Amino acid sequence: MLEKADQLFVLLKDWLVGFLPGGWHAPAGAILGVLAIAVVYPTLFAIAVLLERKGLGRMQNRIGPNRVGPFGVLQPIADAIKSLTKEDVVPLNADKTVHFLAPVILVVVAFMGFAVLPAGRNMVLVDMDASLLFYFAMGASTELSIFMAGWSSRNKYSLLGAMRAVAQMISYEVPLLLSSVVIVMMTGSLSLVKIVEAQNHYTWGVPHWYIFTPWGCAAFVMYAISATAETNRSPFDLPEGESELVAGYFTEYSGFKFALFFLGEYLGMLSISGLGTTLFLGGWSAPFAFLQWIPSWIWFFSKVMLSIVVLIWVRGTLPRLRQDQLMNFAWKFVLPMTLLNLVVAAIWRFMGEGLLRWVVCSAILLVVYVVAGRTEMRRKHFGPRSYRYAE
Amino acid sequence: MSFVFWLIAALTVAGGLAAVLLKNLVHCALALTIAFAGLALLFLQLDAQFAGFAQILVYIGAVAILVVFAILLTRSSETPKDGGIFSRTWWAGLAIASAVFAVIGWAVLQSVAGLPHETAVPTVTVQQIGMALMGRYVLPLEIVALLLTAALIGAVIVAMHEKDGAR
Repeated sequence: MLEKADQLFVLLKDWLVGFLPGGWHAPAGAILGVLAIAVVYPTLFAIAVLLERKGLGRMQNRIGPNRVGPFGVLQPIADAIKSLTKEDVVPLNADKTVHFLAPVILVVVAFMGFAVLPAGRNMVLVDMDASLLFYFAMGASTELSIFMAGWSSRNKYSLLGAMRAVAQMISYEVPLLLSSVVIVMMTGSLSLVKIVEAQNHYTWGVPHWYIFTPWGCAAFVMYAISATAETNRSPFDLPEGESELVAGYFTEYSGFKFALFFLGEYLGMLSISGLGTTLFLGGWSAPFAFLQWIPSWIWFFSKVMLSIVVLIWVRGTLPRLRQDQLMNFAWKFVLPMTLLNLVVAAIWRFMGEGLLRWVVCSAILLVVYVVAGRTEMRRKHFGPRSYRYAE
Repeated sequence: MSFVFWLIAALTVAGGLAAVLLKNLVHCALALTIAFAGLALLFLQLDAQFAGFAQILVYIGAVAILVVFAILLTRSSETPKDGGIFSRTWWAGLAIASAVFAVIGWAVLQSVAGLPHETAVPTVTVQQIGMALMGRYVLPLEIVALLLTAALIGAVIVAMHEKDGAR
């Protein structure tokens, strides 16, 4: 029975495909998988938007949306209908073709990343050898669509926002990739399915997730920072800083195209949280051995939504960085730390089993983190804040 | 030569031609991206997953972005008013391009005879490529890495601000 609950969607797919003649099974299965992705993740997007609006409201001492449905839970539907019925305004000077293509490419590429994420046991659309590489290739393609949006609008705010977004995404993509390389080194595979399976073992009821190792924990922290920057979320939301750039690269988009950008942004968040879950948090495996009876897909989506909640929490807590702080942080702190983490992972690999490698690897990471952080802070000469005009 | 191949080939060639024939420089860069994407699809169609995804990651994710950045930061992206799209020395460019194409084509045609005749399509996994890079070809890899590091440091030095009042 529990086995059936775990494989519910796989069995459902097999049952539906069974109505068709033999030759049609593979393509029909693929289409059903695509349909599932196209239904599930936008639903999660609606939930995430509601969570964000309600949660941020609470953090800012507001109530948040509370008019549509009980406690405002139907707000996403109202938003969707509103954006569908709004007029689509395109600037007179805009480059019409590129302006139209940008949101389309963004959403298509954002959806493609989900194809390789294992959402449960046997629940992955494309199980290929190089799925991590595929994911990053798709992630890199979003930058171009953002540039297209900013450039084609012929608006200085859009162009500035696009330039900031692309510069930031290029800078943070390096630590993002390098922090994931550690996982590949340890698993010996680029396949996300194999990475999850490697973490799905238990000692004393505790899983072998990569976050529970010194190098995995360090890599996870750096992955989380880079992922936040990659999705243009606060505190790295300079590309769309409302107080400076109106809305950044999608200033000149209205109606449904604006909604597509919104969707693309949240899909990016969902998919990068899904990848982080897969790489560091054990994907669909349960957090304790005695909880393994709960279906695997529930664990995957709970972890993804938990990551989203943390992202919303961070947005409600931290102020925005300055451009120079952003770049210095990426190139002078996160990138060297990821490189060090690669070395630490290699040491871990060659020291063999035992307690000693835990001590040595943690010590190296902690000492370097503290020393580098202290010296950088000292060089900045941080003192009490002084105000020039308002005392 | 399947239908899919011809479709992708047409896309790639159209992208390349558009990159040369369009007037607006940013349009040219975007058309070049289409050509890159077509090449990546060709690799994928040949079951070369690693080459295909690396092509997308490097060329679309980095090279195309660098090209548009360079265009925007160096000169106005507006369309030049005067003159056509061809420069005055187009025949020299054409001669060089066709010479390079002839040499590459000749080399490819020559190498066919030297290769062993394989009946089955060889399957190369990403893992095998990784093993080869880290094992047999580790020295060339390290040399390339050293070269790239040197280029990186050189770029940083060129871009670095000169301190006021040079010592």
